[in-house]
Amino acid sequence: MTISIRRHRFFVNFNKYRFLLNQLVKRDIKIKYRRSILGIFWSFLEPLASMVVITIIFSTLFSRNIENFPVYYLCGALAYQFFAAGTNGSMRSMISNAGILKTIYIPKYLYSLSAVLSNFVTFLLSLIVLLGVMAVTNAPFTMYIIFASLPILALLLLTVGVGLIMATINVFFRDIQYLYGIFLMLLMYLTPIFYPPQIVPVSWRFIQDYNPLFAIIQCFRSSFLDGTLYSTQDLIFGMGSGIVALIIGIIIFYKFQDKFILYI
Amino acid sequence: MGETIITVENVGMEFNLSQEKIDNLKEFFIKFLKRELTFQPFWALKNVSMKVDKGDSVGLVGLNGAGKSTLLKLICGVMKPTEGQIKVKGRLSPLLALGAGFDPSYTGRENIFLYGSLLGHSKHYIESKFDEIVEFSEVGDFIDVPLKNYSSGMQARLAFSIATAVQPEILILDEVLSVGDAKFQEKSRKKMNSLMGGQVTILFVSHSTHVVRQICDKAIWLEKGKLVTHGPVDEVCDVYEEFIRLKE
Repeated sequence: MTISIRRHRFFVNFNKYRFLLNQLVKRDIKIKYRRSILGIFWSFLEPLASMVVITIIFSTLFSRNIENFPVYYLCGALAYQFFAAGTNGSMRSMISNAGILKTIYIPKYLYSLSAVLSNFVTFLLSLIVLLGVMAVTNAPFTMYIIFASLPILALLLLTVGVGLIMATINVFFRDIQYLYGIFLMLLMYLTPIFYPPQIVPVSWRFIQDYNPLFAIIQCFRSSFLDGTLYSTQDLIFGMGSGIVALIIGIIIFYKFQDKFILYI
Repeated sequence: MGETIITVENVGMEFNLSQEKIDNLKEFFIKFLKRELTFQPFWALKNVSMKVDKGDSVGLVGLNGAGKSTLLKLICGVMKPTEGQIKVKGRLSPLLALGAGFDPSYTGRENIFLYGSLLGHSKHYIESKFDEIVEFSEVGDFIDVPLKNYSSGMQARLAFSIATAVQPEILILDEVLSVGDAKFQEKSRKKMNSLMGGQVTILFVSHSTHVVRQICDKAIWLEKGKLVTHGPVDEVCDVYEEFIRLKE
């Protein structure tokens, strides 16, 4: 059984192009930091700088509800930033690599996937910042930090799935980029990243309840901030949304990918 | 006759040639509401059938817009035909637009790995071919210089070296031998000839029947998406040249 699955067209192809995926992810990261003196430290500096600013502005405002504001903020901001940058990169990947997709046969999803994965590497690096800030602010280091790997996986699945969907739509309708930019901005304000969820009126709480990104962020906060096990409900909702998004993304992408070449 | 490795059966490729290309939502909805979503079919290829045997080198000739590049793209798998079937056995190494997979801010060395991986090769394999590629491309000390500082001839040489160093089973060339200086052209022609001595199958597109006669042993003449004739290179080229002369 396993052998027949491994011989499937998809896996044979994926194996053949594994090195390409590796190269594409490396290139994204290398090009981003080439010719900058700080290099990879940029990915530390950026969340750190925004954390300092947001903390100065909001921490007194929400000090009653939020104990450790810097860690609270970072848990939300890092997850959101990965989701936003990953889906955005994936969305643009088909257009920005049009030249090569028009000349050589390459599985197209590789470009979408590499855009997400290179942002994922940045995200993992920025978790170091989170751990550093935790140490400085005396946040509890518990074994539950290891459990954060599950919501991280859910976030990755969600980002890959939404990225595939957006990449497909963007091929046919370029102005989706602007709409998606607006959507991402709204998502940032609607997700309790720098404010406590309680300040939203009860009648509007359903927005939080149906927000898979917020469920994943809640899991992060349990692991990193409270040092407790996250609620299984949040995890199941986050993971379920990730899997559903991925399945929808794969179906849509595969359905339309043969037409991409005529539109890019 | 060797075994057939490329089979093209009744292939047709349809494009939409409507006046304006709609690529955004706003226009789509406006046109949709006005009922102006037109679809103007244009067949770039129609009913094309051909077979290529192992070891053949086939030249594709025809005027601009005859569908030569479309046919190559279909064989490469870049596009899917609207109708008909294409079967390819063996590893393709396309050399369509040279250097399409290069990254300008990458060095030559990094680009060899990037381009090699685009052609579907493993790291180990590219490493084993690395010296050969560098030597053949004659870029020398430029190998660690970002590609944006290369001359276009150097870029073309590097791309040609990578595509041919990997011992492809099917090599696809679209007007590439016209790049590089005379010396490199000579060298690449020799390389092509040595590849042909092996088991490599070559598909070659050119406007110049002169080059096609030199490189290929068979030819296919496409005209407005239809296959006019195919056969031994001299026969086809003679008819084609005659056709051009009459046109003038």
